[in-house]
Amino acid sequence: MSVAPSIASKKVAPTTALEIHDLTVAYRHKPVLWDIDLEVPEGKLACIVGPNGAGKTTLIKATLGLVPLASGNVKIYGRPYREQRHLVGYVPQRETVDWDFPVTALDVVKMGTYGKLGWFRRPGAREREWARECLDQVELADFAHRQIRQLSGGQQQRVFLARALAQDAKVYFMDEPFAGVDAATEGAILRLLQDLRSAGKTVFVVHHDLQTAEEYFDWVILLNMRLLACGPVETTFTRENLHKTYGGRLTILDQAAEAVSRRSPE
Amino acid sequence: MFGPSVVWKVMLGAALLGAASGFIGTFAVLRRRALVGDMLAHAALPGICLAFLLVGSRELFSLSLGALATGLLGVVCVAAIARWTRTSQDAAIGIVLSTFFGAGIVLLTVIQSNPTGHQAGIDTYLFGEIASLQSRDLGTIGITALTVLFLVLLGFKELQVLSFDPEFAAAQGWPTFWLDLAVMTMVAVVTTIGLPICGVILMAAMLITPAVAARFWTNRLEHLLAIAALIGALAGAGGCLLAAPQLTATIGLGWLSSSHGVPPGPLIVLAGTALLMVSMFFAPERGLVARAWRERKLRARIAQDHLLRALYELGEKEPEARPWIDQHRLMHHGHWTPSTVPFRLSQADRKGLLEHQSNRVRFTDRGRALAAKLVRTHRLWELYMVEDWRRSPELVDRSADAVEHSLPEEVVERLEALLQSEGRLPATSLGEVPESPHPIEP
Amino acid sequence: MFLALTNPFGPDMLPLLLQVVLLASLVNVSCALVGSFLVLRRMSMMGDALSHAVLPGLVIAFLFSGSLGVVPMFLGAIAAGIATTFLTQALHQYGHVSTDASMGVVFTSFFAVGVVLLKRYASNVHLDVSCVYEGSLLWLAMDTETVAGLEIPRQVAVVLPVLLINLAVMTLLWKEFKLTTFDAALATSMGFSAPVIHYLLMALVAMTAVASFRSVGSILVVAMLIVPPASAQLLVHRLGPLLAVACAIGVFVAAAGATLAIWLNVEPPGMMAVVAGVVYGLTVLFSPTSGLLSRALFHRRTASRILREDLLAMLYRVHEHDADQRLSLHEAIDAVGGGAAARRAFRSLRRQGDLRQTVEGLALTDQGRATASQLVRTHRLWETYLVEELGLALDHVHEPAHRIEHFIDEEIREQLAKSLPQSAEDPHGRDIPE
Repeated sequence: MSVAPSIASKKVAPTTALEIHDLTVAYRHKPVLWDIDLEVPEGKLACIVGPNGAGKTTLIKATLGLVPLASGNVKIYGRPYREQRHLVGYVPQRETVDWDFPVTALDVVKMGTYGKLGWFRRPGAREREWARECLDQVELADFAHRQIRQLSGGQQQRVFLARALAQDAKVYFMDEPFAGVDAATEGAILRLLQDLRSAGKTVFVVHHDLQTAEEYFDWVILLNMRLLACGPVETTFTRENLHKTYGGRLTILDQAAEAVSRRSPE
Repeated sequence: MFGPSVVWKVMLGAALLGAASGFIGTFAVLRRRALVGDMLAHAALPGICLAFLLVGSRELFSLSLGALATGLLGVVCVAAIARWTRTSQDAAIGIVLSTFFGAGIVLLTVIQSNPTGHQAGIDTYLFGEIASLQSRDLGTIGITALTVLFLVLLGFKELQVLSFDPEFAAAQGWPTFWLDLAVMTMVAVVTTIGLPICGVILMAAMLITPAVAARFWTNRLEHLLAIAALIGALAGAGGCLLAAPQLTATIGLGWLSSSHGVPPGPLIVLAGTALLMVSMFFAPERGLVARAWRERKLRARIAQDHLLRALYELGEKEPEARPWIDQHRLMHHGHWTPSTVPFRLSQADRKGLLEHQSNRVRFTDRGRALAAKLVRTHRLWELYMVEDWRRSPELVDRSADAVEHSLPEEVVERLEALLQSEGRLPATSLGEVPESPHPIEP
Repeated sequence: MFLALTNPFGPDMLPLLLQVVLLASLVNVSCALVGSFLVLRRMSMMGDALSHAVLPGLVIAFLFSGSLGVVPMFLGAIAAGIATTFLTQALHQYGHVSTDASMGVVFTSFFAVGVVLLKRYASNVHLDVSCVYEGSLLWLAMDTETVAGLEIPRQVAVVLPVLLINLAVMTLLWKEFKLTTFDAALATSMGFSAPVIHYLLMALVAMTAVASFRSVGSILVVAMLIVPPASAQLLVHRLGPLLAVACAIGVFVAAAGATLAIWLNVEPPGMMAVVAGVVYGLTVLFSPTSGLLSRALFHRRTASRILREDLLAMLYRVHEHDADQRLSLHEAIDAVGGGAAARRAFRSLRRQGDLRQTVEGLALTDQGRATASQLVRTHRLWETYLVEELGLALDHVHEPAHRIEHFIDEEIREQLAKSLPQSAEDPHGRDIPE
């Protein structure tokens, strides 16, 4: 992929890629994320870690404006998400779409270019070429014309990654790209993430596997309904922080959330 | 119901309508909103009645406007119920459908008690009056079809990404709510244009059936739309043909025709269903016959693989390369029913893999090469399993059975290289058949 | 258009009204019973599909038996219902077609077959298609027989057995129905076959539909299967009461629909569907638990409670800061945002005796002080919790605590107090009141 070297990789002062301020999200008045504040500098591979129901996916969706915010704001490179959409790539969870949908792998990857094309302009030869390059990046060039159902789980995941690459973004959000993939795909995804980092991109990955988190990522966001820690892996991924994230000391927070939802209209 | 002069006009009208509804119905089906078409068609009745009461004539355009108004109101109601209440979407569709239709029936009785409205019975609405199609109606249908075609082509990529992955579309900044509404409006427009002509049930079917049938033929959205339109058109024209007595009598289907009181609407539905069945069974690749055929071929190949391997293993200890093996020994060697062996043998014989001599068989050169390749894959996998998965040698045989037929050549080579680098294969044996890790049963 | 109004309670109309209501009530109750499970299983549209798809079963049964007898009719309907369910499932499974689309394909085809058969072979029967759609409630209600001195519509002999069968099956298989509806996988693992119950339910729906649609028409069957249970779902939360409420709504719809229809001189089934829709609309608006209006009211009440509590807590803090300081009414109201809502909050606090207005300014009464101290206690405990347990920065804890203090009850508050290290001060160094 021909990625122009970004400012950060030339070792100028680090810029902040993502900035979240006072973010609270509630589903039907039940708070699922409380007062999140975080900043992540450019060029990091950041993993979002936390137990089930910690609000990891919600954090990504709130950042991308897919769920309404009860309060707070999100900034990408210092400006609101709405204005910076073209800088953001998104890899949703694999189960969220119908894989029997009548499109080929190449069609799906081409969808990544739609945002930049704007209303009514059809993707042309240039977009097709670009989509091919992105598919090649995830080592699926030979599968371009397969219907997506005929791909294995790991290959489907890589098609989603290629679609995000096709968005040609500076900040990527990936929801559990390592979930249920084979070892080969895991390796391919990891290489891709490292390539993205060396190209100066910032990547946020919802990750489940604590064993590999430390090895794969250089920044960590520990989440359990609220932010427990956010920082470089070496200093943040500590036993104490993990204990706080996964330990049972948050029951009161849970109960309080229940109380708020009980005493609010449905 | 209609004579030969009208029949071509009616067929053209039905075909155009079928094409338009098949085309736009594809998006409804892909968005998992197939039954919204049914709801729209029912919810249009009060609108038609109101338009009739207000205008006082049965003119297609005004009736369609009325139908469109209440149809869209129904869509909005369903969306509002799903958004603001705990009622689920399917119940919301049912509620709107039946309530609106009930209101329509009430209005209809009001019309029927009016002296001017006695001829606008519910039969017309249920099955339409395709025979009364005017040239002007043809124009309306044609313009609608072209408009829908133009709009979908214009916004093809937006509708594609919306239908496949609405969340991604929203993250990319597309206004998914409005795009959805645009699709539903197009569905509503086509439904309401077709309703007075074709009736409720027909419209519901024409939105769903062509898209479902077309899905068996293709894996591309572009082609899906075109094929759905084609199937819709064929069903429309075909149904009209069946209903025209002069034409069906000549092909011996006269008993179906409308001179016996069968309206064309249900016949168009049935023509569509017939096309769906043909597609479902006989489409290449996704059709049931093609899938069963592939399944059968795969099973035959697996059986043949097992036979070749057995023959190889039985002759392995013999001094000559292609020893003669007694058929009887072969029958009792593998995990198969002995009675199937002669059939498999004759099949392999026909492919030039074996040669027969009374009760004995042996490989041809080609057969032996193929068998050696299979046995090699089988044993490499066994060796790998014994060591890496810590399985006992007796258990790995079955697992290798399952794998040997589908392991790609490059994986086999990687496996071989791996085993060799770990010293589990002699350095000279690349491409050769290794020893079996477990005793071969006699 | 002019409507000829008829008095439904007049001596010439009352017997007819009662007969219509009787017949329609029986239909509606049996629909509501099976419909409740359709709605809870999120397969409401299966009701629509089945009530259309039974037509060919009915016609074929008629062609074979040569009569419109009850038994062949039920058998035909059940067979068609099961065939529809099976084909929908098969098309979904083997053809990879989504459930709603396969349902749509199957029922429209069945209905079309039914119409063709009917028009071709049975067009002289009293079973024409528009009657299937609209029903002929009035005619059937007028066709009566005298039983024990009462005029009972003959059609009762068709719909009453269906109601009894539905009731019997529901009673016998109550826990199976409940369990498979709630969690099909769990039920299967416990040895109750979910598919068997599913097919049984579909057979009941088909039977109910066919028994009902001669009187009320197939679309009203859909209305009665879906709308009363969907309304009941907004009113109650347990299965038993849900069924009872759905049946009650069914009876009400029959009575109100029939009365209105006779009064306005229109078709009773259509009117009943409209009444059912209106009942659902009213439930959406006025349901005490989940109605839009009650939610809006609750919202308003919560907002004004928060305002009152804010006012109290503020006066408490002012007093804590400087025991001699008194805010004037004007200052206090401005401090919580001002406006009419704040003035209302102040008035209601004074009425409740939580504060009083003196010459120097506002002061809390003992009762007001007690309430306020609990609020401030919650606030400061929460701040402590956020700082101590979650490691939040000091300048980030006031806002969340300010929001949460209105929602945390005594139990959670004391649990909070217990889980925190014993300390009489919050992170800002202020006293945590007892």
